[in-house]
Amino acid sequence: MDTKKIKMPYGISEDAITEVEREVPLNEPDAWPVNEKLKHVGKRVKRLDAYAKVTGEARYTSDIQLSGMLIGKMLISAHPNAKIRSIDTSAAEKLPGVYAVHVIKNEEEEAYPVVRYAGQPIAAAAAVTEAVAEEAVRLIKVDYDTRPFVVDIEKAMDPEAPVVYEAPVEQKASEGGEEIESGLKLTGNVRGPNEGRPRGELTSGFAEADIVVENTYRTQVQTHNALESHGMIVDWKPDGVTIYASTQGTQGVRNEFADLFDLPRSKVRVLVEFMGGGFGAKHGLGTHGAAAGHLAKKTGRPVKMMATRKEEQISQGNRPNSIHHLKVGVKKSGELTAIEQKSYGTAGVGLGAGVGGVAQSMYTCPNFKTAQYDVFTHAGPGAAWRAPGAVQGIFGLEQMMDELAEKIGIDPLAFRDKVDPSRVRKAGRKVGAERMDWSRRKPTGSDPGIIKKGIGMAQSSWWRIHSINATAEVKIFKDGAIEVRSGVQDIGTGTKTILAQVVAEEFGLEPEDIMVRIGDTLFPDAPGSGGSQVTASITPAARNAAYQAKLKLFNMVASNLETDVSDLKAADGYIFSSKDETKKMTFKEALKSMPVSQITATESRTKEYDGDYLHWDLGAVQFVELSVDTETGFIKIDKVVAAHSCGRPINITQLESQINGGIIQGISYAIYEDRILDRNTGHMVNHTLDTYKVPYAMDIPEIDIALMEDYNAKSSTDAYGIGEPSNIATAAAIANAVYNAIGVRIKEIPITPAKVLEALNKA
Amino acid sequence: MKDDKKIIKKGVSRRGFLKGAGLTTAGTIVLQTGVLAKTKENSVQSKTVGPGPVNVEMNVNGKTRSLTIEPRSTLAQALRDEIQLTGTKMVCDRGACSACTVWVDDIPVNACMTFAMDVGDRKVVTIEGLAENGKLHPIQEAFIDHDATQCGYCTPGMIMSTAHLLKENPNPTLEDVKHATRGNYCRCGTYPHVFKATLAAAKKIK
Ligand code: FES
Ligand code: FES
Repeated sequence: MDTKKIKMPYGISEDAITEVEREVPLNEPDAWPVNEKLKHVGKRVKRLDAYAKVTGEARYTSDIQLSGMLIGKMLISAHPNAKIRSIDTSAAEKLPGVYAVHVIKNEEEEAYPVVRYAGQPIAAAAAVTEAVAEEAVRLIKVDYDTRPFVVDIEKAMDPEAPVVYEAPVEQKASEGGEEIESGLKLTGNVRGPNEGRPRGELTSGFAEADIVVENTYRTQVQTHNALESHGMIVDWKPDGVTIYASTQGTQGVRNEFADLFDLPRSKVRVLVEFMGGGFGAKHGLGTHGAAAGHLAKKTGRPVKMMATRKEEQISQGNRPNSIHHLKVGVKKSGELTAIEQKSYGTAGVGLGAGVGGVAQSMYTCPNFKTAQYDVFTHAGPGAAWRAPGAVQGIFGLEQMMDELAEKIGIDPLAFRDKVDPSRVRKAGRKVGAERMDWSRRKPTGSDPGIIKKGIGMAQSSWWRIHSINATAEVKIFKDGAIEVRSGVQDIGTGTKTILAQVVAEEFGLEPEDIMVRIGDTLFPDAPGSGGSQVTASITPAARNAAYQAKLKLFNMVASNLETDVSDLKAADGYIFSSKDETKKMTFKEALKSMPVSQITATESRTKEYDGDYLHWDLGAVQFVELSVDTETGFIKIDKVVAAHSCGRPINITQLESQINGGIIQGISYAIYEDRILDRNTGHMVNHTLDTYKVPYAMDIPEIDIALMEDYNAKSSTDAYGIGEPSNIATAAAIANAVYNAIGVRIKEIPITPAKVLEALNKA
Repeated sequence: MKDDKKIIKKGVSRRGFLKGAGLTTAGTIVLQTGVLAKTKENSVQSKTVGPGPVNVEMNVNGKTRSLTIEPRSTLAQALRDEIQLTGTKMVCDRGACSACTVWVDDIPVNACMTFAMDVGDRKVVTIEGLAENGKLHPIQEAFIDHDATQCGYCTPGMIMSTAHLLKENPNPTLEDVKHATRGNYCRCGTYPHVFKATLAAAKKIK
């Protein structure tokens, strides 16, 4: 590949910004300067599709009605562990208005799958209305051979417990999810250990320590609870299938559908224009997409299958819980000498409950060992959720760090300054401490009175994930229209808007001038919205494509302007010679003079300029101030200060929106929500929105965000995402603040009033 | 809130309770009970209809619309399925999220908890009817300016709640805004921007 050497900004806005030289592909543009010198990138550009959202015009999958469309409904298992002897669908099939019934079978053996959790999809019916489909589902008779089951993680670890799987199982990770190690041993319901990447030697490490602290931290299962449920409409026509999907990954749906029905990928088109929330759970075809496919194939009509709220809670994903043991040694001087970690977690019938990444990688410590186990239970499968594994891991690790700091008698921030190699977190601790006014933090447990105030902090890391399978096409038309196309989706994060900003910046136009068409697999492939990889992957592709389209245009107009192509620049709506600014024409005039009706350029993301693949340094530091009512046990979060980095920020307002969301979900995780399964029946008892406790408007604190610019010179936009980083540290920061307020550590979330009172009574 | 007082006088009859349970903001159902039971008689109240579909007329966003609905249809189903006004969202279908908030005679109700047949000749306003002659309501503009929408699925409900607040209270405090949106569930966490947008819109209207 031909390359060139360019100078790029490097460093953190809160610290110092210098320059670094990089060797980059010849067909990519020169580096942008820092955001301050740009016109649209790094600014508060309004969300381009907000108009459709505030007027109700935005059509989500759940809103779409096609002519002749049938509604599908799912029959779900009433039992948590059973073999199915027989299924009788005859009454359902006879019901007027029913077009087809589909019974789920294992692909190879053509047998009914074993039922492994209450709520597992078994069959689906398609009918003229939702009510008829529901009635049809009620008419399906299933003869179950029920067996003992276990839904509690600790009971499931008992060698005597009923087993979920008879033989070792392998599953692939969901996109953006924690890596799933293959080939691990299965003993009863316990799969593992995953031993990560150990280093050093623990015995000598602990021997060197002045203080060793050992603790167990526990986190609960939480369910994603996006407002729009999982679901798809499958329209199966002889010449191809069109799927409208509530998805966070268009190509994932296409690929899985094509594989399942043995179709070439070119015959499957997946569309998602607006999507009502995913947070990690909406990758792939899913149970409802697959069933809609079968029913559409059978009936020759479009079939819409959306999960009910109950199904959404039970079978469509959750964040696995964790029992997280940590043993850490520290010298009085503040050096970490050894970290030993062991964890168990259940993703129900699924895998992916590891929590080890953060303890392994975040702090400088020569000796590290981990053993992480997945525990199978008779419960719905887990799915990725914003920073899978890291959220659970940080809840333990950051409380441990605070405890160590206290034991060696130094301030939690000063301790982290000693053991944390991250420059960006160092800068974050500084701005965050200023904005929270950390100096007013009282000694732990010293606030007098019934309502006690506390201040705490926690920090986090996430990978710079990007995909080179990310392509964008830019078209410029003779009449002045500009279009960007990509298969990438906007799940509410603002992808449409940032693509317009990036392309507008390159052309010297306004973001509103750019028509962004995404969420359609007719356009070039791009990754799913998982792992905070979309911004990092697709914005460089779009900029590279815009740059190539611009060069083509320059080639066409250079002679009109009597200049060299290499002297031409585009800015403020003009194309001009950088040597002689009187030689200029408007962008529109330039387009009009094209000898062709349209220019198209298609480019992809290339690998990181510095050859890095994954770098563990999207840092964040969050501070929390709260009040604990020691009579009722209620916690009120008063204020959150969040210092974040995501490379070069592209849209400040949208980033703030997403950070607010990450923090609010973190608050919810820390003190409110909890999926509760009944041990006696295996059913979820709080599957309705009124019984599944989440924060509402009255519970929302003031949130103050410090967004740092963090230039790393890694791609043509040098931008990364914020979806995962914003959600990791909040729960740990809350736990540390609760400790500061009441002087008792609560190592298990959600920190409910009952747990606060219990802790106070024990103290 | 003004409505609370206005409505509470009506008391709680069983039928009134059922109907009034459609009112927005879960948790205060009892306070706001009885909206649809007050004064006006429903056109269909005395005769027996159903269970099959029946034809009704409904005043939606200033226009009279003809609908064919089953008597068990909720207002949310009728709006979404019959006249394709899909801006009104259905999430919980049990009065816990306010995504389905519309105004019935200028009072915000949960359309999932309101029978379509009980609307009678009252005026329904949905998110699609908030802009006047193509000009956005100040709240809608403020939601755009302050990025008070992410995935956008809760947004119509949020807007119907906050726009109603500004009608009743042109000088809201932050607490008033929180109070007005206390039943609106948003998983994306747009609340801080919703508060900002509403306060900004109030200032602009003045
Ligand atoms: S309150 Fe009506 S759908 Fe949730
Ligand atoms: S914006 Fe997504 S639920 Fe509120």
